[in-house]
Order: sequence, then structure tokens, then C-alpha cells
Amino acid sequence: MNLGAEMGHALAVCVAAIFTQNILLAYFLGLCPFIGVSREVKTAFGLGVAVVFVMTTTTLLNWLAYRYVLVPLGLEFFRFIMFIIIIAAFVQFVEMAIERFSPFLYQQLGVFLPLITVNCAILGASLFMVIRNYSFIVTFGYGLGSGIGWFLAIMAMAGIRQRLANDRIPRGLQGPGITLIIAGLMALAFIGFTGVLQGK
Amino acid sequence: MNGTGGQPDTKSIAVEGLWRNNPIFKQVLGICSTLAVTNLVLNTAVMCVALIFTLSLSSATVSLLRTLTPRNIRMMVETLIIAFYVIIVDILLKAYWPEMSTNLGPYVGLIITNCIVMGRAEACGTSNPPGVAALDGCFNALGYTFILLIVATFREILGMGTFMGYAVPFFGSPAWDKWIIMVMPPGAFFMLAIVVWVFRSIQMAREEKTE
Repeated sequence: MNLGAEMGHALAVCVAAIFTQNILLAYFLGLCPFIGVSREVKTAFGLGVAVVFVMTTTTLLNWLAYRYVLVPLGLEFFRFIMFIIIIAAFVQFVEMAIERFSPFLYQQLGVFLPLITVNCAILGASLFMVIRNYSFIVTFGYGLGSGIGWFLAIMAMAGIRQRLANDRIPRGLQGPGITLIIAGLMALAFIGFTGVLQGK
Repeated sequence: MNGTGGQPDTKSIAVEGLWRNNPIFKQVLGICSTLAVTNLVLNTAVMCVALIFTLSLSSATVSLLRTLTPRNIRMMVETLIIAFYVIIVDILLKAYWPEMSTNLGPYVGLIITNCIVMGRAEACGTSNPPGVAALDGCFNALGYTFILLIVATFREILGMGTFMGYAVPFFGSPAWDKWIIMVMPPGAFFMLAIVVWVFRSIQMAREEKTE
């Protein structure tokens, strides 16, 4: 495939990952922080930005590691450990770098970085990338799109939950219950994008 | 775990894991990777067996190594232990049941980042002997399993008219207009929300009674 077609494919994958194949609403990845950290728009924003950044870079790093280290050695089954270590090490490294070079950014995002290591969406994106056999450029589109999709979903959820804070909700439904129902409605809305993508 | 010291007995561990501190409707942990496979009961059952295996053994292993593990790299060691068991499950599944392995896709691997596994290893494995840790892990996984099986049963029957792949009377017949939405992602969210609602309400009502 030539470069132009590759880029086009990457763009299509990116848009699909944001809307119709949203990693959170269609694949249920990264639900724990989604429910736990979506009470305020400000914190949701911080976490969302950190996820976009880490997801894009780690899928690319993992792609390189898988293609040039694990496949030649025939150690594909070792990928879970490899990916987890790369993600953890990268997050640790970024945290140190940010702390050193930008105290402001560190104050904003510092708390969220360790949380990301255990965010299943990050590892999930890397595993999907392997299963679907994406090329390097397409992987970039996929990682970026998945990150943005997750960011959009958590921002929307935080906005809705802030408004809900003063509403009366049945006691058993407070907290996770109502969050899941809203997530269901959002998933329905995002399915609506399928028509838009097919119609073009 | 109750921090009262002494050996908690099997019954209290069971009650904690299955009901009082249920991973899904009480702790709301680890629903990420397994919600995706609840559209079919069979997939859910396989996934849950994998989880029971991983959770009990990794908790026990963490507990065995608890005196040898330096505190500051403990998370990393725990992750590696969990990954070790998940790889075993993944390889076994690929070798003996390749179709199921393709159906479950990346979700078997995602047990590694399932917060409930890490959560139990951290909460119970690091401070209890291996036997207790294994029991705690096992009952937490069972508490998790029964909720997900409820979700999966409703989703499959309402959405496809089948149970474990076999047609169910009435729901499988043309008289039942299949709720396709139940087997799609939004159905999982709605169904889980309803289950959480019901169980939390029962729990709250009971607690009020005892007070």
C-alpha cells in the first residue's frame, strides 16, 4: 500500500475509533476511572488529556516492540508482560520528565499519571492493535482516535454528572448506577454516528 | 477484609466476597474487561472461570511472596504475577479452544489490568497467609461471576432468544420481538445499571433493618 492510501486508512480508523468504535462506549475499556473520576469536569479534563497522550505514544512503542522484538524471537505470547512493562516504564518516565521540566503541567496532570498504568483502555488499545494487524501509521491513527474518544466520553459524562449533583436520584441508583445508565444512553447516541460514517 | 486481626473464618470471607463487599455492586471494580463478553452466557462463563483461576492463584502467590517483596516495587511484582497466570490461561485457551479464544479477543489479556485482581492482591494478599488470600480471591471472583451471569442471561435471552446457544421457549419464537439493543453495548450498560440498582437497594433495606 502506498503512503497516501495508508494515511487515508489511518484517518478512517482514527474517526471510527473516536465515534462508532469508541473504546469506552463500544468496548467497555477504561470503565473504572470513567466511573470513579468523572465527578468534576476539571479532573476529568486532566485525566482525559493524559490518556490521549499516553495512549498515542504507548501504542506506537508497543507496535515497535512487538514487531521488532517479539515477532522475530517468536515470543508473541509474552506480549502481555512486555506491553505492561513498557506502559508502566513510559508513564514513570513521563512523570519524572514533567516534574523536572514543567512544574505547572505536573501540578495539573501529575496525580493522574500513575492511575493510567492500570487503565485497561491503554493496554486494550495495544492488544487490539496487534489483533487487527495495523501498520505503524494506522496504529498512530488508532491510538490517537481511541484516546480522543475516551477523552470525549469522560468529558461529556463529567458535564452531565455535575448537573445531576443536585437532582434527586433513587438511593440504590446513586453513584455507579446512574453513571452506567448515562453511559448506556451515550453509547446509544454514539451508535447513531454509524449512519453518518456509512453515508459519506 | 475486616481489620480485627486473628484468622477470619471461611464463612465470613465468603459473605464478604459474595455479598457484603461484592466486587461489582459494592466496590464497582473490574467491570471493564468482562462487561464486553456478557452478550453470550457461554463467553461470560469461560471468562469468569479464567478470572476465578487468576484471582485465587495470584492472591495466594502475592501472599506467599509478601515477606520477600520490597515494598516500593510491590505493584510491579504483583502485576507480573497476575500476568503470569493470565498467560497460562491465554495459552491453554488458544491450544484447546481456539474458537473461544478468538471470540474473547483481547479481553482475556485484559484480566491483567482488571482492577479487581490487583485490588484483592493488594488489599488481602499483602497482609494475610496464602490460604486466606486464596479463599478471599476465590469468593470475590465468585461474587463477580454470579452478577455477570445474571447480566449475561438477561442479555442473551432478551436479545437473541437463546440461552447458552439453545433456543428458549417463547423468547426464541417469532412471538418475541428480539431486543437487539440488549446484545449491543448500550444493553450491557443498562442491564448492569439495573442489577446494581436492585442489589444495592436490597442491601440498603437489609442494613436498615438490622440497625
